Amino acid sequence: MPTIYIDNKPYEVKEGKNLLEACLTLGFDLPYFCWHPALNSVGACRQCAVKVYKDEADTKGRLVMSCMEGVKDGMRLSINDQTAKAFREQIIEWLMTNHPHDCPVCDEGGSCHLQDMTVMTGHDYRRYTFRKRTYKNQYLGPLLHHEMNRCIQCYRCVRYYRDYAGGDDLNVFAAHNHVYFGRDKDGVLQSPFSGNLAEVCPTGVFTDKTLKEHYTRKWDLTMAPSVCNHCSVGCNIIAGERYGELRCILNRYNGDVNGYFICDRGRYGYEFVNSENRIKQPIIRNRTGEAASEEELMRSMGTILTHQKLLGIGSPRASVESNFALMQLVGHDNFYQGVSEAEAYLTRKIAGWMQTGSIRSASLKEIEQSDVVVVLGEDIWNTAPMMALAVRQSVVKTAAAQAAQKTNLPLWHDAAIKEYVQDQKGFLANITVAGSPLDEIAAHQQCLAPDDIARLGWAIAHELDASLPGVSNDESLLQQAQAIANALKTAKNPVIISGITCYNESILTAAVTLATACHAKVGFALPECNSMGLALMQAPSLEKAVDRMQREGDSFTVVVLENDLYRNISATLVDDFFSHCRNAVVIDSLHNATTEKAQVLIPSATFAEGDGTLVNYEGRAQRYFQVFVPAEGIIKESWKWLWHLYLLKMQAGNGHDHYPNELLEKLESVLPQFKGITKSSPPRHFTIHGERIPREPHRYSGRTAMLADRNVSEPKPVQDNDSPFSFTMEGFKGLPPAPLIPFFWAPGWNSVQAVTKYQEEPGGSLKGGDPGISLFKEPTQTTPLVFHEIPEAFAVRHQKWLLLPQYHVLGSGELSSYTKALQELSPQPSIALSAEDLQGLGVEEGSSVQLKINGTSCMLPVKIQKGLPKGIALVAAGLQGSPVMSWGEWGKIDGMTNGGE
Amino acid sequence: MLSESEIHAIDHEVSLVPHKKAAVIEALKVVQQHHGWVSDEKLEEVAAYLDMSPAEVDSVATFYNLIFRKPVGRHVILLCDSISCYVMGYKKLYEALHEHLHIKFGETTPDGRFTLLPNACLGCCDHAPALMVGEDLYRDVQVQDLENILAQYK
Amino acid sequence: MEKPLTQHINLQQPLSLKEYEAKGGYSAVRKALKMTPQEVQKMVQESNLKGRGGAGFNTGMKWSFVPMGENAPHPKYLVANADEMEPGTFKDRLLLEGHPHQLIEGMIVAAYAIQADISYVFLRWAYKKAAALIRKSIAEAYEAGYLGNDILGSGWSLQMHLHTGVGRYMCGEETALLNALEGKRATPRAKPPFPQISGLFGKPTIVNNVETFCCIPHIVNNGADWFKGLSKSEDAGTKIYGVSGKVNRPGAWELPMGVTVRELIEEHAGGMKNGYKIRGILPGGASTDFLTVDHLDVKMDFKSVAAAGSRMGTGTMIVMDDATCPVGFVHNLQHFFAQESCGWCTPCREGLPWVERILLSIEKGEGRTEDLELLQMHAQFLGPGNTFCALAPGAMEPLQSALKYFRDDFERHIHQKGCPY
Ligand SMILES: Cc1cc2nc3c(=O)[nH]c(=O)nc-3n(C[C@H](O)[C@H](O)[C@H](O)COP(=O)(O)O)c2cc1C
Ligand code: SF4
Ligand code: FES
Repeated sequence: MPTIYIDNKPYEVKEGKNLLEACLTLGFDLPYFCWHPALNSVGACRQCAVKVYKDEADTKGRLVMSCMEGVKDGMRLSINDQTAKAFREQIIEWLMTNHPHDCPVCDEGGSCHLQDMTVMTGHDYRRYTFRKRTYKNQYLGPLLHHEMNRCIQCYRCVRYYRDYAGGDDLNVFAAHNHVYFGRDKDGVLQSPFSGNLAEVCPTGVFTDKTLKEHYTRKWDLTMAPSVCNHCSVGCNIIAGERYGELRCILNRYNGDVNGYFICDRGRYGYEFVNSENRIKQPIIRNRTGEAASEEELMRSMGTILTHQKLLGIGSPRASVESNFALMQLVGHDNFYQGVSEAEAYLTRKIAGWMQTGSIRSASLKEIEQSDVVVVLGEDIWNTAPMMALAVRQSVVKTAAAQAAQKTNLPLWHDAAIKEYVQDQKGFLANITVAGSPLDEIAAHQQCLAPDDIARLGWAIAHELDASLPGVSNDESLLQQAQAIANALKTAKNPVIISGITCYNESILTAAVTLATACHAKVGFALPECNSMGLALMQAPSLEKAVDRMQREGDSFTVVVLENDLYRNISATLVDDFFSHCRNAVVIDSLHNATTEKAQVLIPSATFAEGDGTLVNYEGRAQRYFQVFVPAEGIIKESWKWLWHLYLLKMQAGNGHDHYPNELLEKLESVLPQFKGITKSSPPRHFTIHGERIPREPHRYSGRTAMLADRNVSEPKPVQDNDSPFSFTMEGFKGLPPAPLIPFFWAPGWNSVQAVTKYQEEPGGSLKGGDPGISLFKEPTQTTPLVFHEIPEAFAVRHQKWLLLPQYHVLGSGELSSYTKALQELSPQPSIALSAEDLQGLGVEEGSSVQLKINGTSCMLPVKIQKGLPKGIALVAAGLQGSPVMSWGEWGKIDGMTNGGE
Repeated sequence: MLSESEIHAIDHEVSLVPHKKAAVIEALKVVQQHHGWVSDEKLEEVAAYLDMSPAEVDSVATFYNLIFRKPVGRHVILLCDSISCYVMGYKKLYEALHEHLHIKFGETTPDGRFTLLPNACLGCCDHAPALMVGEDLYRDVQVQDLENILAQYK
Repeated sequence: MEKPLTQHINLQQPLSLKEYEAKGGYSAVRKALKMTPQEVQKMVQESNLKGRGGAGFNTGMKWSFVPMGENAPHPKYLVANADEMEPGTFKDRLLLEGHPHQLIEGMIVAAYAIQADISYVFLRWAYKKAAALIRKSIAEAYEAGYLGNDILGSGWSLQMHLHTGVGRYMCGEETALLNALEGKRATPRAKPPFPQISGLFGKPTIVNNVETFCCIPHIVNNGADWFKGLSKSEDAGTKIYGVSGKVNRPGAWELPMGVTVRELIEEHAGGMKNGYKIRGILPGGASTDFLTVDHLDVKMDFKSVAAAGSRMGTGTMIVMDDATCPVGFVHNLQHFFAQESCGWCTPCREGLPWVERILLSIEKGEGRTEDLELLQMHAQFLGPGNTFCALAPGAMEPLQSALKYFRDDFERHIHQKGCPY
């Protein structure tokens, strides 16, 4: 490790870093703007200047930009040098010449990197006496607000949006001090990763537009570490509340998972929490006065529980705790996964393979660091967006690493690396049914029918290991397989990615076989935030529950946990299911088709109102914590309700409190596959120096006044017995353990950039290790997972179409679709066919067709999907109002004349 | 739509560079030669033709001062306002032009005949002051010459 | 006196390829092709030819950083910087409009020396006549087999294209020029890596000034020592000097390197116009420090001008006479630089417009004493290394020297609340 001297003191630093990274790692406060750990250095803002000296004798030194200078052993530099300090202060004065004095009305105020840096450099007096330049702002869609006058031209936005996220509709325009950052004309920003601009921009140019609707200063938010609910990736988030309303979602850095960014579904999908559609009170139907008190509910449930047989339907979007509590309540044999047979089957397969340890799942960081990625069948852009962003980084970084190797250029030298790289890319093979935006950066890209995707997977595996079965007599397939296999042969860290949305087991077995053949890690995207957790409980599917109801008659009370069954299987089946049950108890947070069937409806907490654990696609158990206590105190976590009911049923432990850890310990003993899950966060009694961790920043304001319209005496803060957090600003002020970081703040660092102070090094792990515990053990001995059944090539059927779901990143999420802003961006339900099929049907794009399957039918507008193989119909899925069907089955389509019958 | 001759000219430029995008400035010049300026529509067509986004093309287009993103007159007068012409009195020429055409820098005559723009050093400092009308260069220009010069441009 | 660069200049009717060949043209190409590329490089390095684009770096040395040999990346590029937008500079125009084949010949030889595959002439928009001539000359050279595949049977090939710019002074900065050639915004690149290693499209690239290339055929034809012998000073060769401003015969002349400022103004430019005196001189374009009447005997070579506190720059000087207001003069320069800043780095983007506005307010009589401190601060902090490229440091050169030599003028403006000129 090189030693460098900073203001005459020696420090050991890591090789290959630049001076700015080195100084920040060592804990020095050195201001910067254009540099960002995920974007590296370009040297534009000139804010990070330090003095560097030739040797000990050199007293004059020269100013250098620390972000553009690599560390060298024996190097001497000064941060405190007077000229360097004066220059850094001068940079701020320059930036301020045109910056408005609008901090009081700026959404960034209080968490503004520019404010922090201004204070840090000591600039406090304005000498510029001329008029400021002013810009027109743009309409950028419902997610981001644009205020160009605040721009300090650090170029981070375009570098993030274009280079990092691959967007092409944001750019820099004009020249000299008129440079402008925005779109070529007003309009919705197209990238589903656009929301990160609000955090990437060091000032208030891009700010969260949904936050603006109910604006709160960051210091006035009550915050807790949370985990995104909206897909199986499990990005870490910070959720912030004030006045009983969830106000915003921010990225919570996790070096292994989402790093610095989250997708727009994750950032903006929170508003279902504040939705009109919330269930706010227990409801007992078919009596006068349906709204019930807790006592009434319990009384009524007491009767139900003691006299009736119970059947529980779990949920892939409910926490491990809640699913387990339900399982406890209804009994292991009466617990069902609340998902279709196909989904349950496939997710259980995946979970099973992972449990053997024979295949290892790749974290997002490992995907980013992989050198060859093969995607088989899954449109991860839409089903696991941040995984797609990680794949993009793999493609970019692999090319960069190759360039660095050839030229000796340091990897942080972003522009130089990009220039050298030109359009070279790392290897991505993106094999999907209908294409995806990732195709743009793919070396190999193809649209195939599911069986053919599997066959290609097998063919690649065969190329790598001749002892595996081959796919004979398909020349073009073999050629493609060879090309991909060649890339895999040279790969050091390959990753195979797949998922279940093709509803095709062969794709999964092919992916696993392929991964085994090339020692690749795998990433299997799953449908929901806790799909993996639910699958690990090894319960039968929803159809199985329906079967059982049909068989065993009308004696059951069904308890449905946070699950709109109508989104999982066909409405006929669900109707049938409910018609057979004696009683339906539904616990959920939002009204939906299923809650309508409930005789008893119990209001459950959303992720923001409760604690819980989710297991992401890779088997990482992650804890989320309650952000606030809902005004309707009766809203509780499902697990709390269910545990209550369990105790009620056992007629035990009245008055006894129940805590998440207790539940997880029990889970570990009942279901050993969850061993270790209790360690995903410190227990509820955890304190530091006897202090709890405050959910509120120490600058939280208005505490004594905010409820004064109702009661002038300040209410006693709520006690939190479930977690190590307090609901106040009092408590431990230092760095909490990584899973317990409610917000990022350090003295002098009020903006999100404070995260550096929580990391081992910029862009590295959080101090003490990134949060989350893997439930899958390191394999002790591995029996290679190899399969042998290769499907026949896909054959088009006469007048029938293979039905597959088409998800959309903004729109297909159940809960996130209750956000107004996302609704605006969601596509409309539709059915997509190949151009040829559309022609064959004799219908025009845009007209409606009738889709028939298993005796049900629906009408949908039809569109052409470029690249889609013939014989397949893609139905927009998961959208509000889109039909639910048995995916992977064959349906009929009738063309109608425009306007329908 | 880009005309055939525009496409032909752009194709030629594309053939000289390793990837299409690299020809974007040339493509914008081609369009400007044909239409006098680059409208939003044309910009989008160039973008589509070169597999770029409009934002990417506009980012380049708006950087360069001689790509016109607003309509200009039939003849663009570029008056050198750099140092040698400053010393030799370009300001008098400017005032005379203003008096004659009633337009300031950046403006176009109402009849669409002339647009007046300042331009950095035209590289004829030894014959300052200098100006260009369209592609024609005029050197050692005196106020009394202006009328004759302008008269050539209808 | 030998004038190799300008002997065949003909602004009315430049030499065609045939005519040039008749006068010995393209013999340097033939000669070079018989040498090894390294021998050509060595010869140029020994000739002590220094770049004529402003920075004055040894040309042969610059070429020597290009990776050579079988494993070198290809295509390699060679670019002639014909952007000539430095205010007060008009020397390349003479070479371009008067004798385009000389440039093309020089480029071919240089390209051979670094084994380039593709070359470009990056010509500024305004040089319409030059554009037509170069296009025609390149075509002639292709026709004659000096360009294209397997040049004169040597097995070596070179393509040459003309690229005309669309404005922006920044395009003259060599790395920004490369970005412009790639169809991007002409913002500069950080060095290292130098273009010799990663230049145009990430490939090894050499950028030289037009005048630099024009020297090459003569060095190859006549040898390094001959070239050194042309000069009156340490720096080799002849130089195209120019004078503009209120002198009797403004113009450009090829003269031995090292003529004095006085010779240039008094002999070649015919002295000041009647009634005008010299107040200051920018010796080599807008981004050089002022010299004054005290410096008339300074030799115009890189070292001597530097010793006098300025830079040789492009060698085309602007004379500021005593009837011209120095504040207005410097304001005009700063207006140019602020306008031409690319907007990439903070000090240049924000500092230059501030300087420009201060100067304007002083010129209008609205200046304050503390404004001089602010100007001084900018002159210091916009210095070399502090900004991303050399544009702003160049801009500060005339400012800082004006504050030194004409401070009383600034103060008079402030005290009298108006321009005394
Ligand atoms: C802002 C700026 C503008 C420049 N403009 C020109 C120019 O118009 N022509 C030129 O030859 N060099 C120009 N240069 C210098 C080039 O960057 C480069 O040094 C030169 O082309 C190298 O050629 P040489 O080694 O033959 O001098 C400029 C430099 C800067 C910083
Ligand atoms: S908009 Fe924000 S991120 Fe973009 S350049 Fe301006 S300050 Fe930087
Ligand atoms: S952070 Fe180093 S120059 Fe911007």
